[in-house]
Amino acid sequence: MVQRTTEIVVGFFMIAGLAALLFLALQVSGLSPKSAAATYTVYANFNDVGGLTPRGKVSMAGVTVGSIESISLDKNTFQAKVTMAIRSDVDTIPADSAAVIRTSGLLGEQYIDISIGGDMESLGEGDTFYSTQSAMNLERLISNFASGR
Amino acid sequence: MDYVAGFGRRSLEVVGSLGRATQFLFGVLVGVPKPATGFPLLIKQLYSVGVLSLAIVVVSGLFIGMVLALQGYTILSDYGSEAAIGQMIALTLVRELGPVVTALLFAGRAGSALTAEIGLMKATEQLSSMEMMGVDPLRRVIAPRLWAGFIAMPILAMIFSVVGIWGGMLVGVDWLGVFEGSFWGNMQSSVDFVDDVLNGVIKSVVFGFVCAWIAVYQGYDCVPTSAGISSATTKTVVYSSLAVLGLDFVLTAVMFGDF
Repeated sequence: MVQRTTEIVVGFFMIAGLAALLFLALQVSGLSPKSAAATYTVYANFNDVGGLTPRGKVSMAGVTVGSIESISLDKNTFQAKVTMAIRSDVDTIPADSAAVIRTSGLLGEQYIDISIGGDMESLGEGDTFYSTQSAMNLERLISNFASGR
Repeated sequence: MDYVAGFGRRSLEVVGSLGRATQFLFGVLVGVPKPATGFPLLIKQLYSVGVLSLAIVVVSGLFIGMVLALQGYTILSDYGSEAAIGQMIALTLVRELGPVVTALLFAGRAGSALTAEIGLMKATEQLSSMEMMGVDPLRRVIAPRLWAGFIAMPILAMIFSVVGIWGGMLVGVDWLGVFEGSFWGNMQSSVDFVDDVLNGVIKSVVFGFVCAWIAVYQGYDCVPTSAGISSATTKTVVYSSLAVLGLDFVLTAVMFGDF
């Protein structure tokens, strides 16, 4: 009987461990089963990506619609090429929309904001943003201002 | 000359002890007990090593989470970003404090008990009488305890992190008035399951293995007198703590050091 009680308590202990792992996965790290939702890939070339990082968010009107997959350097144009995965249900982004790098708050992380254009055609898989706006660089802004440009 | 000889003797002792510990570990891991007899022994050890350590782990986790929230709030509210305490608490607990503090508590609570128990078995010649009866003490006594430590430690560390985050939420959200949505939202956007949670679990697996190994080896290798048992118990706690803190630095550098 003592053996049985021990077994039951140890069983609960193991269950508590699994529950803790589940909690860490779902509630703390926000891992959800539908995180692998269907996406399509679009590209944007920036002169300066500043502190943009992979896994950062891509948003429209403040709503997150996708994430940044990778950032690489285009060796021919010396621009940064950002690959973004946009959720497939957001398939009506006008083709002349602009990708703008913004900062959330004063010291927050940087993200890409899609500022909406007016074209009837929309961006599809593999398309590139026509116009982009690079990260605001406070030092460059000040030095431009100081040198009178 | 005497000093040189003393230094040489110490070095030989250390190297010999490391060699015996490795041989011993090999013997335990190779001599896997039969499932029918080994499983009840493992359950019993899981109870005494894991379940009985639960109370101290839960209580310390709760208080550490609460203190983190309180300290984080006083600093972050200066910058108006107190909503980031969720992220701060979760990352600190999952990556560092969960595995490390649990391992230190585990060494003090369970490791010392393992050493004392095995040491006393050796001093009262229970281990040698088992050998006389043809029962391998490594399989019968040591292996279940080593495996129990190995299995229980990650579970305890995860429970520690969860309770700590809950304690942080109690202080941050319910007492200091941080908005609950941004508490969880910031946490979820900054904590990655593989990079943070799984790496923390890997850390605790390594710590559990090291703590359990040191504890059973010190007990098995102790001088079979009361003074020997007491010094072995002390050594268990000291060596486990040092090994955990040292390994933690190495593991952190490997896991999170690539900037």
